[in-house]
Amino acid sequence: MANLSKEDVLKLARLSKLELTEEEVSKFQKELVEILGYVEKLSEVDVTDLTPTTQVTGLTNVTRKDIVQKYQADQQALLKNVPSRQGNSIKVRRVL
Amino acid sequence: MSTESKWPSVAIIAADVQSGKITATELVKQALQTIEDKKEYQAVIATTADRALERAKEIDEQIASGSNVGKLAGVPFIAKDNFLVFGSETTAASNILKGFDAPYQSTAIEKLESEGAICVAKANLDAFGHGGSTENSDFFTTKNPHDTERVPGGSSGGSAVAVVLDMVPFALGTDTGGSSRQPASFSGCVGYKPTYGLISRSGVIAMASSTDTIGTLARTVEDVAYVVDVMAGRDPLDSTTIDRDEQSYQVSNAASLKGKKVGVIKEYMGEGVDPGVKQAIEASLEVLKKAGAEIVPVSLPSLEYSLGVYYIVVPAEISSNLSRYDGQRYGYSDADANNLDTSYTSSRTTGFGAEAKRRIMTGAYVLSSGYYDAYYNKAQTVRTKLIQEFNAVLEDVDFLAGPTAPTTAFKIGQNTNDPLQMYLADVMTVGASLVGIPALVVPAGKAAGLPVGLQLMTKQKADRMLLSFGAAAQSAISKEISSKQSKEIET
Repeated sequence: MANLSKEDVLKLARLSKLELTEEEVSKFQKELVEILGYVEKLSEVDVTDLTPTTQVTGLTNVTRKDIVQKYQADQQALLKNVPSRQGNSIKVRRVL
Repeated sequence: MSTESKWPSVAIIAADVQSGKITATELVKQALQTIEDKKEYQAVIATTADRALERAKEIDEQIASGSNVGKLAGVPFIAKDNFLVFGSETTAASNILKGFDAPYQSTAIEKLESEGAICVAKANLDAFGHGGSTENSDFFTTKNPHDTERVPGGSSGGSAVAVVLDMVPFALGTDTGGSSRQPASFSGCVGYKPTYGLISRSGVIAMASSTDTIGTLARTVEDVAYVVDVMAGRDPLDSTTIDRDEQSYQVSNAASLKGKKVGVIKEYMGEGVDPGVKQAIEASLEVLKKAGAEIVPVSLPSLEYSLGVYYIVVPAEISSNLSRYDGQRYGYSDADANNLDTSYTSSRTTGFGAEAKRRIMTGAYVLSSGYYDAYYNKAQTVRTKLIQEFNAVLEDVDFLAGPTAPTTAFKIGQNTNDPLQMYLADVMTVGASLVGIPALVVPAGKAAGLPVGLQLMTKQKADRMLLSFGAAAQSAISKEISSKQSKEIET
């Protein structure tokens, strides 16, 4: 069984930019231990000489020419969902 | 529930609109009326009524002036709410995207519209596609048309119910680990997941990019194939798309079942499968056999590990894909946060539901330094083994067959407090997703009054062959079921 302390859950939440209530920490701790315990089954599979899958249909390095193309949405359409704007710039809270 | 649909085939609807027998406006009104009449099932998050009626009017005018509109002239459809579509919000059934007004449309929608199809509504789903029941929708749970106390399946539950309740002739879903196939099985329609990359995902809200595909749900395989033919093919906006076949994906003459070799997956017919489901699947395989197909047992020993692989790889990709929801560029933003870091955290904490949080943290864990090799790398290597096993078996048989899920639709609330139990419902669909092969679900009768779906799979890029075989299989199975029913009535 995966060993996951409450501190581990809090660290994962911090890395994920999520804040958890104490109740959520206990709930997720129990659930994540269960989920990770289940997927640990994979440790019994022999994968000698096999490499990890990265792409399933065999495509590699799909590139295109770096040319500006006409797009469905114009600048204003792309900016309309921004919560806070100053002109055409996205306004964010202070960093420090 | 009536068994006869009020919609003819998609091809006939389009031909009737083009010939002026019926108008696009009448069809859109009919679809909107049915959505209204069946609203207690909660299949739909919002309609796109204004834009739909406007487009219908344009199409009717074009036809009146003698232009040829296209293969889908005036055909109404519903899109799962994770497709960016004009005319209503696009939310992916999540609070964090509430109010999001799509600045552009997904390629799949653009292609359908360019042939004259009209999107009339957005269907409910498990938020971001995370689930198999629609219970993880941040808004409400969709009801199964056969028993309103049960789930419709998911995550494309709203799309499946929309088709089964005759709101529209077809609906779009997505399928990352079974999200179009399992609701088709639970609610009783056809559900299709194409070869990975056959249909562009540009403009569809990403869940797990290495298995995300566009699903199609309809009453018949012929309708699915007709719509797929419009959407399939390379798209410069999705670099994972593959070349389509030069020939049409449409089913012109359903293939003969004679001589086709169908491998029944032993691992899907064993322990843990509901006896009623097993019986319905065996009966439909018997129909295929009677029609001349060769039915053989096959074994894919690594399938036992497929769900483990899936629930490592997919949360890892989810944690990465959902990192874009940071409250700065779009989506819910906490206006009271006093610095950037707090703004990220409080926007995400309020905006994401429990399942998204669970998957983000699981993903962060399996990707974190010290655990990456043991979890993520191991999972991707076991995935290689799974791919090799599928390829080897598909050298020997034309198709693979089995159930779509171990059970029929479960009760609303039955699994909500046990996430792992909920994940286990995906056990028979994640294999095809991880391997990237096409998979098709056709109705295979009922078990204790609830629909069962037969799942058929084949090699990558053999979608045409699968659709053609599936059409023949659906027709043979439904004939057998209705002849049995009429015999029962006689006796």
